[in-house]
Amino acid sequence: MHYFIGNLGHVFVIVSFVAALVAFFSYFKATVTEDLERKAGWLLNGKISFYVHAFAVMGIVVTLFIIIKNHYFEYYYAYSHSDKKLPSHYLISTFWNGQEGSFLLWMFWHAVLGIVIILTNKFWESPVMTVFSAVQAFLTSMILGIVIPGLELKIGSSPFILLRDAMPDPIFTIQPDFIPQDGAGLNPLLQNYWMVIHPPTLFLGFAATLVPFSFCIAGLWLRRYREWVRPALPWSIFAGAVLGLGILMGGYWAYETLNFGGYWNWDPVENAVYVPWLILIASIHTMITYKNSETALKISIILVVTVFILILYSTFLTRSGVLGDSSAHSFTDLGLSGQLLIYLFFFLVVAVAFIITRWKEIPSSKEEISTYSREFWIFVGATVLCFMGFQVLYPTSYPVFNQISAAFGGSLNMALPGDQVVFFSSWQIWFAIAVGILSAVGQFFWWKKIDKKELKNQLFLPFTIALLATMVIINVSSVRNISYALLLFSGLFTVISNGKILFTVLKSSPGLSGGAVAHIGVGLILVGVLFSSGYSTVVSLNNTGMLISRQLSEEFNRDNLLLFVHEPREMAGYEIEYLGERIEPRHKRGYVKKSDIEYTDDPYTVIAKDDIVFENKKLFSKGEHFEIFPENTFYEIEFRKNGKVVFVQYPRLQVNPRFGNMASPDVNRKATLDLYTHVSAPMTEEAKEDWGEPEELRIKRSAQFFANDYVANVEDLTRVYEISGQQLDSSFVAIRATVLVQGERQNYIADPTLIIGTQSRGGIIPGVIPELGLKISLLNVHPQTDELTLNIQARQKDWVVIKAMEKPWVNILWLGTLVLMAGFGIAMMRRFREFRLMKEKGLE
Amino acid sequence: MKKSHIFIIVIIAVAVGIIVSSTNEASTYVTFSEAQQIAATGNAKSIHVVGELKKDDSGKVIGIEAGADKVSFSFVMVDEGGEEQQVFYNEPMPQDFIRSEKVVVIGSYKGESFHADKILLKCPSKYQEQNLNAGV
Repeated sequence: MHYFIGNLGHVFVIVSFVAALVAFFSYFKATVTEDLERKAGWLLNGKISFYVHAFAVMGIVVTLFIIIKNHYFEYYYAYSHSDKKLPSHYLISTFWNGQEGSFLLWMFWHAVLGIVIILTNKFWESPVMTVFSAVQAFLTSMILGIVIPGLELKIGSSPFILLRDAMPDPIFTIQPDFIPQDGAGLNPLLQNYWMVIHPPTLFLGFAATLVPFSFCIAGLWLRRYREWVRPALPWSIFAGAVLGLGILMGGYWAYETLNFGGYWNWDPVENAVYVPWLILIASIHTMITYKNSETALKISIILVVTVFILILYSTFLTRSGVLGDSSAHSFTDLGLSGQLLIYLFFFLVVAVAFIITRWKEIPSSKEEISTYSREFWIFVGATVLCFMGFQVLYPTSYPVFNQISAAFGGSLNMALPGDQVVFFSSWQIWFAIAVGILSAVGQFFWWKKIDKKELKNQLFLPFTIALLATMVIINVSSVRNISYALLLFSGLFTVISNGKILFTVLKSSPGLSGGAVAHIGVGLILVGVLFSSGYSTVVSLNNTGMLISRQLSEEFNRDNLLLFVHEPREMAGYEIEYLGERIEPRHKRGYVKKSDIEYTDDPYTVIAKDDIVFENKKLFSKGEHFEIFPENTFYEIEFRKNGKVVFVQYPRLQVNPRFGNMASPDVNRKATLDLYTHVSAPMTEEAKEDWGEPEELRIKRSAQFFANDYVANVEDLTRVYEISGQQLDSSFVAIRATVLVQGERQNYIADPTLIIGTQSRGGIIPGVIPELGLKISLLNVHPQTDELTLNIQARQKDWVVIKAMEKPWVNILWLGTLVLMAGFGIAMMRRFREFRLMKEKGLE
Repeated sequence: MKKSHIFIIVIIAVAVGIIVSSTNEASTYVTFSEAQQIAATGNAKSIHVVGELKKDDSGKVIGIEAGADKVSFSFVMVDEGGEEQQVFYNEPMPQDFIRSEKVVVIGSYKGESFHADKILLKCPSKYQEQNLNAGV
């Protein structure tokens, strides 16, 4: 038992909590104290305690990582999220697999950002860090894991809890020092490179929203209503970029790994990040407006505060268990709902109180905004983004409404509409159209004061080109839906207008091109989403005409296709043929036929029955032992055109300990079109064991014979000393027949074995060729006549049910996201230069 | 009237519109008989029904009919009020369907039969690892 490391970790947790409280108090005093000497003293106190806090947070991270890395399974966290087989880079994902670890990740980023703030700000340090420390105190309390005696009140859930305290298992009463040999393992679904980088990115985005919030509160607190915007803006842009990147990574992971057929499913967990991001983007726009023209200060304050409160709300939604039935991948409830609510309401009340008490003092322009001013258009754009967020936020909160109603004795039972994707998309598309058109028109106002006539001149060309392009595409791709046509137009209009602006800006001041580039990205994303989602078509249509019931109506059409091994079908203009189940070796790239390997007692190790070749490369020699990923099965499907193989797909099915079987697609990517195939039903275990009547054959050793209509012959008859990798002791004699069966496309080998025991019973191990639905057993050897007795059984050939979709132009979406990120990058560079200038002048 | 006032009125109108319309489109958790009443009024809105699979005395699931082509199936579900209903689903049987403790079907009545567009399963034993594999 390694008690020390866990105790050390726990000490770090307590130190970080206490240090955060001390930092909060000191920074608070430093902000409110007038006397300069004492102010400096408090400031130093605050600084030191925040550094202590940050050091302790690093300490927690390192200790937890040591526990995971060294497989100390006496700790619940290591036991329930990792195992010894896990490749080392996925040990990192183990870290944030649990809820405590993800809190830790969030705290870690706050600590890092806090240090950056301390190092770069003089004037703002104490008020901003007061807010930071308060947030950190709340977050550390989530992993405190302390039970207040007498009250039975649990505060936080510690990542350093011992297994025996977390799981009441009888073994611990008998043997308190029991340590399991291996852990429960990391969910294989998360053993994906995106899951190594997506969570840290997302949490950095979450953490970054705290910075503008803190500056905003600091501004209200110190009555510096105008000055907080300058330092907060670059951080808002940073948060927008990182959070956006995090969201897109999540979408890309879902596209590659999950089988719902897309990158976005409007699941409450996804919505909980999408909404704050939209409001964040709106706040960036209003802040820029304020910086340039002293308007929209009040709205900026409200939006910046709302973003952070929404981040807290989404934390509450995904971690309190309130989503329950309505989300597939929210965290399990750790009993932190109360604490999460206090966290949310604390900052909500503080922020609202500040805004209300200071409202009258906040400067605002009394001037009427002109319709031809950029402020007006930015304001309209920000409003549309807010509506976009609100329309998602409201239905996502149904479970919360139901709970509130239940608390007051009501019986509200609202649920998201049956098809949430259709529901949200049908709303969001109209907002997206507005966003597209506004970012096309708005950008012109950005650059100069413009009047009606000038605007017409500037817009005429982009508008006409976009309109013509839309017309052409509508006819070529037969877009027959008015909202789709409008979205297409608005996307193209944005791309072309901003392209025009970009062209002008690049000539004069390329450093300012961030906005134009980002908006081109937005336009591309709109077009990409429109085609890939709006025109995603199911191509795996069932055309066999077999029905399950006559009661069913005509419209009961099915989108899945049943494929038997070596029975070609037509699909999406290809001739497709299912070739059988494959397995993936652990250390070599490629796929191995399940019928080519012999399993051993260790599920991770198998033996090659024959030389294994993949794509003309020999992977393993006959008899070689090698390691595999036993939880994954791949289904090889060949796509041919005119008899020539065009490509091969390997959709995957994973036996997942947490979610049952999980299907992951294989995507064939072309520049214009993705073909997206996943397994919708594998052959059941019952069907695999549903063997027919045995047929007994007595044959000459060298003769050809028929096994379920396939030509076969015995190639070899040898004595073996090893079965499934296990040595046989001398009391057994084993004979193995190597039977070659000529399949439609290739030869298969079955190796039935007959074991004779001198002291105990022997056994018969049949050889199975699942691709042909054939099981051959060796029953007897007759040396006097040179004959063998074989037993042959048949079943249905292996089959699989697949679903396939065509998704046009997904690549425009991915391209758009890259362009958007580039735009954010350029904008950030610009704000950074601005900051450096200010700093050189000693203004910050 | 000032432009900003018009703006505020528009904002409030759109927000109210979103709330009213979303609330109308919201699905609800109902029983089969309530679902039938909803369908009888000509409302084709899809609803959620919570229940479990029909089992015989020995706890074996009964009433499942798989399609000959293996790409669709039907089953008998008992809702929380104890009412039985045959449910059709035009997708293959979800993994672990038989083992589920609770089933949520999202769909609507088409005539006498209930068509599910989506099936959600709850298999609680799986989500909480209650037992250590102490032998290993």
